[in-house]
Amino acid sequence: MASYKDPTDYITHHLTNLQVKVSDGWMINVDTIVNSFLLGCLTFGILWLVARRMTSGVPGRLQAAIELLIEFINGQVKEVYHGKSTLVTPIAITVFMWVLVMNSVKLIPIEPLAWVTHLFAPYWRPVPTTDLNTTAALSLSVIMLVVVFSIRAKGIGGYIHELFCTPFGANPLLWPFNFAFQLIELISKPLSLALRLYGNMFAGEVIFLLIGMLGAVGVGGVLVAGLLHAGWAIFHILVVALQAFIFMMLTVVYLSMAEEHH
Amino acid sequence: MNIGGTLVVQAIGFAIFIWFTWKFVWPPIDLAIETRRKKIAEGLAEAEKGKAALADGERQKSLILKEARDQAGEFKALNEKQAQSLIDEAKAQAKLEADRIIAAAQASAATELQKAREQLREQVAVLAVAGAEKILKREVDAKAHADMLNQLKAQL
Repeated sequence: MASYKDPTDYITHHLTNLQVKVSDGWMINVDTIVNSFLLGCLTFGILWLVARRMTSGVPGRLQAAIELLIEFINGQVKEVYHGKSTLVTPIAITVFMWVLVMNSVKLIPIEPLAWVTHLFAPYWRPVPTTDLNTTAALSLSVIMLVVVFSIRAKGIGGYIHELFCTPFGANPLLWPFNFAFQLIELISKPLSLALRLYGNMFAGEVIFLLIGMLGAVGVGGVLVAGLLHAGWAIFHILVVALQAFIFMMLTVVYLSMAEEHH
Repeated sequence: MNIGGTLVVQAIGFAIFIWFTWKFVWPPIDLAIETRRKKIAEGLAEAEKGKAALADGERQKSLILKEARDQAGEFKALNEKQAQSLIDEAKAQAKLEADRIIAAAQASAATELQKAREQLREQVAVLAVAGAEKILKREVDAKAHADMLNQLKAQL
């Protein structure tokens, strides 16, 4: 088992990525990528297996559970998005499911998980969404999709027109202000998406680690830490699902706004 | 914090998962759910139709029942009337018969009386003649006194 100099060392150790240098200035967080891809393949693999054996008759238990989840997501999408694209629901499913399973790694106690990961790596950050790379990748992809949806709905000319002529008006004097406003919107959307998820997950992880440090005090500390950890984890069931839901809902809202004509 | 390579890899992963979900996961689930929705809608419509048919049948049943009841009542009334008229007829006939019998009896009694009266008259005449003979001590010539005797007879 590893030993730590001080609490800061303990926390930073558990929140340090296993990095591999690809070239100058390009570092890859192997743990984030491996964890998120494994979880993604597992989740979407299970979804695929269920989807392949889908029956419109009486569903099995697993099918019923997955249908419930997918129907819930589809219901949310239908409520917000009224366009024709068949891509919105799959995007929402992907966002929700992936973020949900990545967040859910948090519910596995971090220290026992570290005992396993220490067997093969000096650092291993278990929750991919505590890495800003993951949340930023998701939010930037979403904003790219928003731009694509806008252009598809309004044409390239229409989109450029919108960039310069809304929200203040079509007067050429207002063009710079309009464009600045739109630019801020384009930047703030992915930024808030990425930081909200990252912040919630990272902060939650730090609290887990702070609680875990109580275990260093002694037997009493271990007991208190266990109780606190359980409480925080139960609370985090809500946070994990809520953050995934918020990310998905905002994605859908942004996509449906992209198709609206101002 | 190191933003860059990981982000690109994660974005590619995200794109692959979206594509995979769009291509392989969502369509069969959507199809199955929609098919089931349609089936349930059809089932509900059928149930509604069945309910309507049942109500219709119920209505028809009560209609037929009412008709039958009405008819039965009519039959009963008719039967009663017929029975009554039969009884009346029988009564009338019986009365007629009785009257006839009574009249016949009365008539026959009257003839008997008449006959008895005739006989009595004869006998009285004979008795009178016999008495007169006895009084006169001689034979009354029945022929000679026939007129007188007849007159006497008529007077009785």
